[in-house]
Amino acid sequence: MKIVQRSLKCLAIAILMFLPTSIFAFNAGEDGGQVSGKQEVEAYIVHHLKDSHDFNLFSYTDDSGERQHFGVALPVILWSSEGLVTFMSSEFHHDDNGHVIVEKDGLKFTKIHSKIYELEKGATAVSFDADHHATNASKVLDFSITKSVVGILLIGLLMLFWFSRLAKQYKKKQIPTGFGRILEPLVLYVRDEIARPNIGEKHYRKFTGYLLTVFFFIWILNLAGLTPLGFNVTGQLAVTACLAIFTLIIYTVSGNKDYWMHILWMPGVPIFVKPILAVIELVGAFIIKPFSLLVRLFANISAGHIVLMSLIAIMFTLKESLGVVGATSLSFVLSFFLLLIELLVAFLQAYIFTMLSALFIGMAVAEHDHEHEEHAHEISSDVEDVRGDFI
Amino acid sequence: METLLNDFSPGLFVVSTILMLALIALMVKFAWKPILTSLNEREEGIQGALDAAEKAKREMANLQADNQKLLQEARLERETMLKEARELKSKMIADAEAQAQSQANKMISQAQEAIESEKKAAMAELKSHVAGLSLEIAEKVVRNELSNKDKQVKLIEDMLGEATLN
Repeated sequence: MKIVQRSLKCLAIAILMFLPTSIFAFNAGEDGGQVSGKQEVEAYIVHHLKDSHDFNLFSYTDDSGERQHFGVALPVILWSSEGLVTFMSSEFHHDDNGHVIVEKDGLKFTKIHSKIYELEKGATAVSFDADHHATNASKVLDFSITKSVVGILLIGLLMLFWFSRLAKQYKKKQIPTGFGRILEPLVLYVRDEIARPNIGEKHYRKFTGYLLTVFFFIWILNLAGLTPLGFNVTGQLAVTACLAIFTLIIYTVSGNKDYWMHILWMPGVPIFVKPILAVIELVGAFIIKPFSLLVRLFANISAGHIVLMSLIAIMFTLKESLGVVGATSLSFVLSFFLLLIELLVAFLQAYIFTMLSALFIGMAVAEHDHEHEEHAHEISSDVEDVRGDFI
Repeated sequence: METLLNDFSPGLFVVSTILMLALIALMVKFAWKPILTSLNEREEGIQGALDAAEKAKREMANLQADNQKLLQEARLERETMLKEARELKSKMIADAEAQAQSQANKMISQAQEAIESEKKAAMAELKSHVAGLSLEIAEKVVRNELSNKDKQVKLIEDMLGEATLN
């Protein structure tokens, strides 16, 4: 009975934590109005998937018919044609269509679909071509503290806080207490189930720090993406690319002689096959592996967000055919179950990213102490099989 | 693909790279290193304790085996001692018996010898006594017989008669 009670309690907490997403998610339309039509829902989802320059929690229309936004403005830091320019994102007044022009240091900036453009000299308004591309403005390098950056900072600080506290606990006692008791088995899990078996007993220590950081970073950010705060950090290509390139650099730098031999001059195959294999292996090592890492994480998390938001949008899109109560309850039931799946996916993607990183590093540092000529073919086929299973 | 590339933000890439590098460095320094070191130490401690317990158990078993062996040896020794004592006892008894036997035999034979000699002496004495007595009796009988003539004749006749018969 106690278990049932407890699981009910957990379920209730989960509902309370995650379902308000539906309340916040659709309040602010792209043009600042309410979202109701299918087109608007679609546009809103696309907007959500992108990074945002302010941290908007919710918006509402007040009695006088004006949109009120509730959230935090974030600093915009740009590297423009004339150097560094900074201002607060509130100067855009929540416009995302290039209507509001911000003038700073004699330069004009505007925001179109979460990207900041610098207007050409003399232009006063953005003009668009048929495909809705700006014709008289160009993108600038944008180092702003965007919502994703805030997410990275927050989660990074949270991780530092949690795990440095856990580290401190070990100074006084052998077994951690409180929250550390939850963190310790996770750390052990990453070390014993991901790092150690994939990299090997001899080398795993060097890479465990990176793998642990990446695992918790991705997992916690995935989970943060399911909260009403609406982060979509691991669904940003730039972030997943950054993580994948870290893994690429690590296994390229720590690759041993055997690894490079297997890439550049595969032993145990006829000489005329070797250059072809070298090309394939080089493409595999430098493009396919990191690309599979970055796209898998990005696509899974984006897909999760799209489906979850679409299910929440049932509330609006099916309101006419099912009635308010019917559409709302259908939306709640479906999005609740999808949310449970997404909780699993959040862990799974963190696990797969870390696991594949460990596997790639393990391939690079593996030591073949047996004769190459006899077993080389076997090994390469094994490696291909393993890779085939995961890519 | 174009949308994907358009969505890719180089600025965010640079910022997240810097932040991730910082995060990895800080986490490794302040969290993972001390945590993993402590975990390793703890595991080694546990392993050490287990090994020590195993060793103590083995030593205990050895000790017990030694004790058992000692006990066994002591038991064997006792057994042999008892056996020896028993043998000694029976040997002593047998010796004593044999000695007693021979002593007895000796005494018996001495006694027999004594008896024999006594008997011989007695016989000799008896013989001489009987001879004396016979002589006396014969003297008295002869004297009595010879006192009467008739009787003398008759004796001679009897004797003669006997002699003829012989």
